[in-house]
Amino acid sequence: MLARDAVYPRRVFERAIEALLKIAAFSSIVITVGIIAVLMMEMVQFFQEVSLWDFLTGREWTPLFSNKKFGVLPLFAGTAITSIIAMIVALPLGLMSAIYLSEYAKESVRSVVKPILEILAAVPTVVYGYFALQLVTPLLQRFIPSLSGFNALSPGIVMGIMILPIISSLSEDALRAVPHSLREGSYALGASRWQMVFSVAVPAALSGIVSAFLLGVSRAIGETMIVAIAAGLQPRFTLNPLVPIETVTSYIVQVSMGDTPTDSLEYRTIFAVGMTLFLAAFMLNVLGAWLQNRFREVYE
Amino acid sequence: MNNVYHNLHDPWWVRRASGIDQVVKYLGILSIGVGVVVLAVLTGQAVLQGLPRLHAEFFTSFPSRVAAQAGILSAWVGTIWVVVLCACMSVPLGIMTAIYLEEYSGKRLLSRILEINIANLAGVPSIIYGLLGLGLFVRFLSFGRSVLAGAATLALLILPIVILATREALRAVPHSLREGSYALGASRWQTMWHQVLPAAFPSVLTGIILAVSRAVGETAPLIMIGALTYVAFLPQSVRDPFTVLPIQIFNWVSRPQQAFAANAAAGVVVLLGITLIINAGAIWLRQRYRQKI
Repeated sequence: MLARDAVYPRRVFERAIEALLKIAAFSSIVITVGIIAVLMMEMVQFFQEVSLWDFLTGREWTPLFSNKKFGVLPLFAGTAITSIIAMIVALPLGLMSAIYLSEYAKESVRSVVKPILEILAAVPTVVYGYFALQLVTPLLQRFIPSLSGFNALSPGIVMGIMILPIISSLSEDALRAVPHSLREGSYALGASRWQMVFSVAVPAALSGIVSAFLLGVSRAIGETMIVAIAAGLQPRFTLNPLVPIETVTSYIVQVSMGDTPTDSLEYRTIFAVGMTLFLAAFMLNVLGAWLQNRFREVYE
Repeated sequence: MNNVYHNLHDPWWVRRASGIDQVVKYLGILSIGVGVVVLAVLTGQAVLQGLPRLHAEFFTSFPSRVAAQAGILSAWVGTIWVVVLCACMSVPLGIMTAIYLEEYSGKRLLSRILEINIANLAGVPSIIYGLLGLGLFVRFLSFGRSVLAGAATLALLILPIVILATREALRAVPHSLREGSYALGASRWQTMWHQVLPAAFPSVLTGIILAVSRAVGETAPLIMIGALTYVAFLPQSVRDPFTVLPIQIFNWVSRPQQAFAANAAAGVVVLLGITLIINAGAIWLRQRYRQKI
């Protein structure tokens, strides 16, 4: 698009700008390579000392004790139970609010509610952690006396509230992308609004909703501060939500808070578990993005 | 009555239809209500518990072993250091990346790969950025456990957010503006600099503000790179150790004594206040700009 007769200095300047922008654009590739390289380097050294099989199938995780055991299953169990609780809270609430905002609410209501949900998503996670420990756990203990002070239930619920806006906003986008002709066709066949919503709009938006769910799960397994504050730091191979547990993320925090020497096996454990976390989140994101794109192509 | 007769012979789902619609509607309102109530209760609880500690000395004192004398001076000063430095690094880089992808690169395979990569980076858990910062900045580049390492880590973390927001903003600038500029003989960069960027500026700014708000609240990656929890001095240069507000809160929340919980609550009020003001500002800016278009 450059004018052919543009003066020479201007042309050089344009070329230089373009080259500069191109270099900047490649920074994101550098970051990705950096993440993988850093995780890989430490992880390879870790697996020279601990076998991959023991790591993935062991039921005891005691790298900080004198009797070291490197079975990662207790951490996976901790991440699983908190994430499951979070999704049990976030999915129905997020989906219902998306259906309400997209199909029932007036424009004036939407324009007020959406910013509030956005703010809910912007609250720093350390604040949610404080909330889980100081308010939600004591409240739950009134109803469940056997609940210990640190547990998976309370941070799970609070994490669900944190993820609610993500599910809601992504599902709402998916619902709003369903063409009006589909809705009108459904009404023309005599469906009432809820019949249209649940038999036409939601199924048509399903891949977008599933994608929202996957991105929510990816947020839940990566969430750190809420569980580090309120779930306790006790690796335990259980799905019991009432006892203290430890997740992959809160273990990483625990190690980096302590005085672990940087060239030790204990220190390398955080890169090994970090790699599993990275891979899990990466796969969920890729799958979610793929579903989202597929569904956009169908209706646009 | 005729009406009743018809109703009785309609199938059950037609008779119940409007009732179920009401139920679905109120379930939706209830779901949103849960979120709103949680936000309100959370704020209320923090204000109630933290208000007695929120006096001037709280902002001008260093942390202390005595809860009543402890303050957030080193925390908020550290937060400003880290966030300003982080923005200086990631905003220019993010905007340049977005301009390249949106205006220069076309639809080649390479730009597709870059796009997918950036979208994925935005979804990487923040603690992984902490591991990256620890491996890359603290150890490999030997920045140490300094303001510089913290800011660089957060800069990588918010870079995808800045890029995505800027691209969105550039995409919203109408093509006619660019074509008009080219028709008058402007070059590509002249068009960018004098027409497209000024037009996109408000939404770019909104995106940057939201990204910075994310950086203010991040805790886990900074714990990873070794921000301290007990800092009784202010950083004098970018190579100095530091703490930030969320880490100070985390430290107080983790202590068993109830007196420190009050400090944590006061810290939460401050942090929540900053976040709410920043976000409300960004939302306001966006609404204002939307009305203009």
